[in-house]
Amino acid sequence: MENKKEKQKKEIKKRQAKEYENYVKQFTPKPKYFMNSLKAFFVGGLICIIAFYVQTLLMNRGYSEKDSGTFVIVFLVCSAQLLTGLGVYDTIGKFAGAGSIVPITGFANSMVAPAIEYKKEGIVLGVGAKLFSLAGPVLVCGISASVVIGFIYYMMNL
Amino acid sequence: MQINRIGKQTFVFHNEPNIIGAAAVVGKKEGQGPMKKWFDVILKDDSYGEKTWEKSESKILKKAILLALENAGKTKEQIDAILSGDLINQLMSSSFMARDLQIPFLGLYGACSTMTESLILGAVLIDGGYAQNIIAAASSHYCTAERQFRMPLEHGNQRPPSAQWTVTGAGSMILSNQIRSQQMIAGEPAKNLVVTHATVGKIVDAGIKDVNQMGAAMAPATVDTIMQHLKDTGREPSYYDVILSGDLGMVGKKIVKDLLLKENIDVSTVYDDCGAMMYEKEQDAHSGGSGCGCSASIFSGHIFKEMRQGKIRKALLISTGALLSTISSQQGESIPGIAHAVAVEGK
Amino acid sequence: MEYFNVFITGGILCVIGQVLMDTTKLTAPRILVIFVVSGAILTGLGWYQPIVDFGKSGATVPLPGFGYALAKGAIEAARTGGIMGALTGGIVATAAGVAAAICFGYLIAIIFSPKSIR
Repeated sequence: MENKKEKQKKEIKKRQAKEYENYVKQFTPKPKYFMNSLKAFFVGGLICIIAFYVQTLLMNRGYSEKDSGTFVIVFLVCSAQLLTGLGVYDTIGKFAGAGSIVPITGFANSMVAPAIEYKKEGIVLGVGAKLFSLAGPVLVCGISASVVIGFIYYMMNL
Repeated sequence: MQINRIGKQTFVFHNEPNIIGAAAVVGKKEGQGPMKKWFDVILKDDSYGEKTWEKSESKILKKAILLALENAGKTKEQIDAILSGDLINQLMSSSFMARDLQIPFLGLYGACSTMTESLILGAVLIDGGYAQNIIAAASSHYCTAERQFRMPLEHGNQRPPSAQWTVTGAGSMILSNQIRSQQMIAGEPAKNLVVTHATVGKIVDAGIKDVNQMGAAMAPATVDTIMQHLKDTGREPSYYDVILSGDLGMVGKKIVKDLLLKENIDVSTVYDDCGAMMYEKEQDAHSGGSGCGCSASIFSGHIFKEMRQGKIRKALLISTGALLSTISSQQGESIPGIAHAVAVEGK
Repeated sequence: MEYFNVFITGGILCVIGQVLMDTTKLTAPRILVIFVVSGAILTGLGWYQPIVDFGKSGATVPLPGFGYALAKGAIEAARTGGIMGALTGGIVATAAGVAAAICFGYLIAIIFSPKSIR
């Protein structure tokens, strides 16, 4: 009996919250969907073009596709981290949104950004730990997924 | 025993504690906004020459307090207690400021509502005869709050249009049981500011979970406190020259106006919001300012000076707070809002 | 023509991220996780390889490409190296990028200081 009343109360609260959220929407300015997407498209595409340009350059010099591909990733990661250190990447991010978050450069940025901020907390527990505060979940989920997929393929091949 | 309370939530200060001095110190960005002429110190560099942002914030707070003391003509030995707070875990900025000043210290956490919280409690201490001179202060810093509550500074993310910008700044007021010796401002005798009433708000949670919707999360609490204050005191909004809320921003300001209008209370002629006043539209602060320093610096800068000159006679100052933590938002809890109101009159 | 494909593929993947950010309340780290994991799953299903063949860097540079590299490494190693291959394949395939990101990132974070954004 008591439980039912509690539940009902919760339901009402939830409904009121929903109503208020909808009411608030009329006062909230909307993001500029189209412009944001356009910017993201161009910046994201441009980063990929740069990557492709560097890769073709390397392949023309006789490196294998795999090696040059790896080098390009390392190159992008390091440049993004350098730009983060110089304080430029956040300005790019503000303009491009997902355009600079979704490419691998965004992952590199998300490693350095928190680490750089916790420098004063020491180079072990500050920088060392915070390097993974945003990137950690990506590595954890990505690597776990790869292990699961690899295991499924192994089972299928038995 | 005499009960110094009217209605449900409102204190009456029969001895009318005086606000005898105030000062506001703000960061560079705030100093470029429309409020710049009211601030006592505008920093050229937000680090203020310190190695960590936390130390910078502590120094800004200390500076605001020392300037307010100077403004009031008091020395720190004459002060009975500091009531102060900020946004950082365990009130680091305030505690470290108090460590330097060696004045009895009460740390307060009311999120962004800290300025009126400290004013109310300071007024209570003086009205009750427990203290003669009290410092009430609050501070916030963009760089300390941002890394604690949101994203790292150098992270390349985009803020939605409803997001607010944490104000780098501090405000401090000196409360006293004695009237300040007469001063002249522009040939006119300066008004004496007294705290007459205070309404302590209760937490109102409208169920908002989005941390980029602070204004919307705090607006219902603000409305609740304003209505309670008017009901307890039997006043109309027009009694006040100014009703000023803390840091609701553009979005929250519109919601408060609309919600009050629904209750048939029209505040459109007197109501404004510190967060919405703090920055120019071109400054890219989206919905406006937030943080303890937002209301603290505008109350101690703009409002204090205007009232001393007699341009504003009666003001209702409401600091608004969102009592969320980094953990609570990760756990999917909604944001509890709070607002405390202080009625100040120039006599 | 190849450049055009790269541009289009990379651009579209970023637009998907942008739309997710603008219309939902997902924060950047969550979007990164979603992209990497979905890249890995799509690779496992064999659906991402055609996108890579078409878009080249446009498909490998965005984060689903990281998931693609992880999953592809694990799948290939599982074929040749058995169960241990399935376990190590993903990390081995992406080791260079991850190691560079960790080592260089650590260095950068120690050298530079954060700036207050104005």
